[in-house]
Amino acid sequence: MIRFLLRRTLSTILVLLVVTFVLYLLLNRALDFFWDLRASTAPNIEDLFASRERLLNLDSPVIVRYFQWLAGASGCLVGACDLGTAWYQGQEVVDQLPGAIMNTVKLVTAATIFSIVIGIFIGLVSAIRQYSGFDYFITFLSFLMYSLPVFWVAVLLKQYGAIEFNNFLADPVLGWPAIIGTSVLAGLIWMGALGGSRRRHLYSFLGATAVTFAVIYAVLAFGWLNSPSLGIIGVSLMGLAGAVVITYLSTGLANRKALWTSLTVAVIGIGLYMPLQNLFWYVEMSWLWMLLLLVVAVAIGMAVGLAFRGRDPWVSARTGALVAVVMAFFVFVDRVFQEWGNYNSHPAINNRPIATIGAATPNLTGNFWITNLDSFTHLLLPSIALILISIASYTRYTRGSMLEVMNQDYIRTARAKGLPERTVIMRHALRNALLPLASVVPVDIITMIGGAVITETIFGWSGMGKLFIDSMNRSEIDPIMAYIVITGLLAVVANLLADFLYAVLDPRIRVNA
Amino acid sequence: MSTAHDAAPGAAFSAGAGTTTGSEAVKGLSQGAIIRAKFLHHKGAMAGLIVLAAIAAFAFSAQGVGPIPGWWIHNHTSSGTVLNPGGAPTWSLSDPFSFGAHPFGQDEIGRDNFARVMKGVQISLMVMVIIGVVSLVIGTTIGALAGYYRGRLDSFLMRVTDGFIIVPTIVVGAILGKLIGGPGFSFFGLPLSAYLAPLLGVALGGVLWTSLARLVRGEFLALREREFVDSARVAGAGDFRIIVKHMLPNSMGVIIVNTTLLMSQAIVLETALSFLGFGIRSPQISLGQLINEYQTAFATRPWLFWWAGLFIIVIALCVNFIGDGLRDAFDPRMKTIPSWRKMKRADRRVASGAGAEAAAAAGTETGAAADTARADDNDDKGARH
Repeated sequence: MIRFLLRRTLSTILVLLVVTFVLYLLLNRALDFFWDLRASTAPNIEDLFASRERLLNLDSPVIVRYFQWLAGASGCLVGACDLGTAWYQGQEVVDQLPGAIMNTVKLVTAATIFSIVIGIFIGLVSAIRQYSGFDYFITFLSFLMYSLPVFWVAVLLKQYGAIEFNNFLADPVLGWPAIIGTSVLAGLIWMGALGGSRRRHLYSFLGATAVTFAVIYAVLAFGWLNSPSLGIIGVSLMGLAGAVVITYLSTGLANRKALWTSLTVAVIGIGLYMPLQNLFWYVEMSWLWMLLLLVVAVAIGMAVGLAFRGRDPWVSARTGALVAVVMAFFVFVDRVFQEWGNYNSHPAINNRPIATIGAATPNLTGNFWITNLDSFTHLLLPSIALILISIASYTRYTRGSMLEVMNQDYIRTARAKGLPERTVIMRHALRNALLPLASVVPVDIITMIGGAVITETIFGWSGMGKLFIDSMNRSEIDPIMAYIVITGLLAVVANLLADFLYAVLDPRIRVNA
Repeated sequence: MSTAHDAAPGAAFSAGAGTTTGSEAVKGLSQGAIIRAKFLHHKGAMAGLIVLAAIAAFAFSAQGVGPIPGWWIHNHTSSGTVLNPGGAPTWSLSDPFSFGAHPFGQDEIGRDNFARVMKGVQISLMVMVIIGVVSLVIGTTIGALAGYYRGRLDSFLMRVTDGFIIVPTIVVGAILGKLIGGPGFSFFGLPLSAYLAPLLGVALGGVLWTSLARLVRGEFLALREREFVDSARVAGAGDFRIIVKHMLPNSMGVIIVNTTLLMSQAIVLETALSFLGFGIRSPQISLGQLINEYQTAFATRPWLFWWAGLFIIVIALCVNFIGDGLRDAFDPRMKTIPSWRKMKRADRRVASGAGAEAAAAAGTETGAAADTARADDNDDKGARH
């Protein structure tokens, strides 16, 4: 195994070296290092050209310049990084990178996680309801999303998701046709997703339509959009509902110990709501605090699960931990929403909360919650754009491999021995169906750090992708090379990791050199 | 697509599919005939094919090709007087049968949006096809050589492929696009407008072939162990003949399906690059370039933005559907298993004495295995974000 890894790594590093060399030559040809001087009418234009030539060392042949760059870059191995300078801005590349990487990670993490989770879920349901109207609908929708150009979606989102939505927030009134149409659509989707007999179809349609209608009506009638908050009641209701749903999906409601565990965890969470509000009030929070509180929550969840004992305490512990995470999430969201009023009326925001550009509002100061809320309003649209276009491939993957797995003999065996359908799907089928995803997901996650080039450019999000595009437009070769090396290295690592993970997860695959 | 063979295989196919085995019923049909019949019965693919053909015919006839003039009265460069306020479209839903002089509207200097979108469709389709052809040739050649000869040549070619894979497609595309559109580049002294679009297609095709090469290599590695290759070699056939006459026809499925799916990535990549300013750029036109040019005008002249985007989506969607239909058609694992509901309906019809039609009705259903997503889908990640 180690031999295999070494060989693979060495050969790919060699490939990466060749790639950087070829791209350096191409870039040298493609970039116009005098672009800002071409239209200049300055009297000393000759001098300007000459000094630019000296600055970029254009006298020496391009191969020499490549090896100078390579010598500086390989200094990174011994801790003396010199990736060159972005000459137009006069900034060291080493100083540009950390901010860009941080911004990109901030943007793509949530988007990737959400698209994987939602994509797998939709694909799963679509596979279970194969050949139903819901399945055809999802298939068509995923093809549509797969064909969407992200730059087009992004411009639409900026117009309708931000500008028009901010206008709407000033006077949130929806017409009856819109409300009724949305409710019926939601009813139809839920009806298709839940499936079952004709009678169940009818009930789920009526139920989902009524619930959606009530929610929209309540949101509009109580002016929730302009003072959104969950409050202790909202947190309690959603926490208890989450506990039941999680238990249903993970162990089934028949497992009483697990059900009691998750309900107890939810109740503990509700009990901790007020003390936490006090903590948030008296102590200045930070992400470290949040992480600490999350760890505490998970520990409580697991402890409750283990305390209930039963035949399989770890199953209960797992369910308890999941419920605890969900409760922590709701409490966090609730606390962030409490700042909405302050945020919205801040002069820098001026009642137009959804942002179209950048990663943070300039001139906005505030506590941990305000700055986070500000990040979220900025993250919202680019994340939606990214999720919309990446969700489709996960849906197709999951649906395809789920259908293949569902035709296997061991699924028939599991059904034949009388296991409930939930166990067959969640434990026997889904786990095996997710196996092929193990070779896709790491690659996706790591290559995402290379940045969502188009999305970042449109939303003015100064991450890696935008760094690349801006440097291309400014003819700065060094940041581009740094970008290529970083994305290349990450791709190498990602592919190795994917192979390794797959070999570990699937015993049928053996890695040999 | 020859229609002469339609009736026979189609009929035999549907008649046999009512039973679960179906193998006797398709006896006597060639592989090609079976695939053609499967493809022609794929509703999504046929719809995609028809819509795509209609768009292509419409766009090329409206604006003409080269010296041949099109039937549309305006062209994409000349500006005229702005008819409606702001250049709003003369074609509206309230009166869908009167198109007017500018059905898709005009831009701020009075250029006709319909003519521009049609020209953009032409260019984008052309670039898409060139990318497809170039990737097809490069990918198949490299994959075939690597898979057939194995050994050193294989590892060398696969390292080259890795080199293309580790850098995101959009990055290489942007660099190449900037190179051929830049001032320091000339192509046999031709004007930029003459070579930009075709050369961009060739350049992007030179980037997108990697997934095809890997798949063809895999296919060839499996095929070269088969008996018919051995017997061809024993009969004295040379390497070239074995590759071209014996192995390539057997890997046609993989090649055709993946080239089609690659073309749907190709159009999105080209439009994205043109949008970023590294592909087709003004005064040349492509669908992405139009959106780039008009994105700031969205609030005031949304029609300039909607039509170009709509055509990108429809073209990409059509190509995706065709690719899906081809994949189903070429997949030998795909048996026509009717859905549970259709089986019940067929049962009911059999009970009421209309067995023949019921079996035929159940026959067009597509099978489960064909939907399996392929591992090659992940190569284009960088291109779409």
